[in-house]
Amino acid sequence: MHPIRKKRLTIVLFLLAGLSIAVALTTYALRQNINLFYDPSQISAGEAPVDVRIRAGGMVEQGSVVRDTESLKVEFRVTDFSHSVPVEYVGILPDLFAEGQGIVAMGRLNNQGRFVADQVLAKHDENYMPPEVADALEKASKSNGSATAGGAKPATY
Amino acid sequence: MWQFFHKLGSPKWFFGISTRFAPWFLTGGMLLLVTGAVWGLAFAPTDYLQGDSYRIIFIHVPTAMLAQSVYIMMASAGVVTLVWRMKLADVFVKAVAPVGLVITFLALFTGAVWGKPTWGTWWIWDARLTSMLILLFLYGGVIALDRAINDEKSAARAVAVLTLVGVVNIPIIKYSVEWWNTLHQPATFKLTEKPSMPAEMWVPLLLSVLGLYLIFGWLACVRMQTEILCREQRSRWVKEFVTTGRV
Amino acid sequence: MAFDSFSAFMAMEGHGPYVWSCYAMFFVLMMVMMVWSVRSRKAAIESCRRGYEFQAGKLHGDSIESSSEKSKVAYSAPSAAFERVDVSQD
Repeated sequence: MHPIRKKRLTIVLFLLAGLSIAVALTTYALRQNINLFYDPSQISAGEAPVDVRIRAGGMVEQGSVVRDTESLKVEFRVTDFSHSVPVEYVGILPDLFAEGQGIVAMGRLNNQGRFVADQVLAKHDENYMPPEVADALEKASKSNGSATAGGAKPATY
Repeated sequence: MWQFFHKLGSPKWFFGISTRFAPWFLTGGMLLLVTGAVWGLAFAPTDYLQGDSYRIIFIHVPTAMLAQSVYIMMASAGVVTLVWRMKLADVFVKAVAPVGLVITFLALFTGAVWGKPTWGTWWIWDARLTSMLILLFLYGGVIALDRAINDEKSAARAVAVLTLVGVVNIPIIKYSVEWWNTLHQPATFKLTEKPSMPAEMWVPLLLSVLGLYLIFGWLACVRMQTEILCREQRSRWVKEFVTTGRV
Repeated sequence: MAFDSFSAFMAMEGHGPYVWSCYAMFFVLMMVMMVWSVRSRKAAIESCRRGYEFQAGKLHGDSIESSSEKSKVAYSAPSAAFERVDVSQD
């Protein structure tokens, strides 16, 4: 390689390296703002601010959904399998909302540690499968007595 | 190896070889893309959770993958422009930037339309969606910067620097779903693992991805030829091509 | 086939508008981009040809006039413009 080209290449590589470091540091410093939501462990640990509009995300705990018979009010617990937070919401839930399903809720955390949501979004994972396969997986996991329901792995919520 | 590399920089050589390959890219790409889309729309099984709305994946994933790949290719061409001052690299950047813009828009559009029935919202400012929007603006910036500078050589260098600066966004897009909490799910296709879906779903997806890449190849050939014709008007081989149709 | 009937295929369990608008947008934009690219390539070839013909008319104004009737009509304008300049140079 020609020495001038070598020099230019080094300059380009240095520019790229410097830029990457700068961006990496910036995104690292802003990571709390880049995170879309707080997970239940963070909320339980008191990391989430009280009475400020924030998002909370996690899995809807199995058997925790309580629907009001007269209104659209719903109460459920959101869990990350180590901690869980009670959530209440009035409104129409997305089609994908179900127990064992991932959600992201927008709202405020009140003094009692309850999350009052005004918007609930469903989150799905990257596992796609035909309904028969999902049924078969669910049956298999039930007969094994495993805690993972719905067929999908619980790691991503 | 360097000899081949410098040959690659010859517009005439590229014009000849791209004329030969372009029709194959187009037929192969159309065949694969249409097969993938029809298979995905009509024959692939429904998803247990999302039902039929997941069929958008057969165009969302190809456009999203291509949008990022095109930018990586543009940035690599930018390095070649800056280091070797190779004209063809600059021709490539100028020819494909509008394609990248359209493809990125399609990825965002299909994602938004998919998000409404599944997540419950068209748009959310999570890391994946925001970084993808930045990619759209980067493509727009490359096109605008190129148009703003009249001198061909300084435009080439400025555009190359911008593509290089913007390339840091690519790993952010790719790993955003792993580094931060996002509403967007992790990648469907990973190089290291087998796909997280059964074959009757990932085979049509793979076909449409390959098809779209081939169509991009064809588009790049056609558009680079246009750019070369405009630039090399005065050279003898272009005159010969225009009058006789042969390179 | 994953659907029982054509109407079920169009409806996609109620997700039809979402799915079909995505595919429509995708194929329309792709086609527009492809047609536009081919057209601008043709336009570039055409403008090169016009440039060469203009040059040919400029350089060989006399020979074109003595050549066939058809080309004489086609290039009369540039050669005429050139002649005027030529005369002034004389």
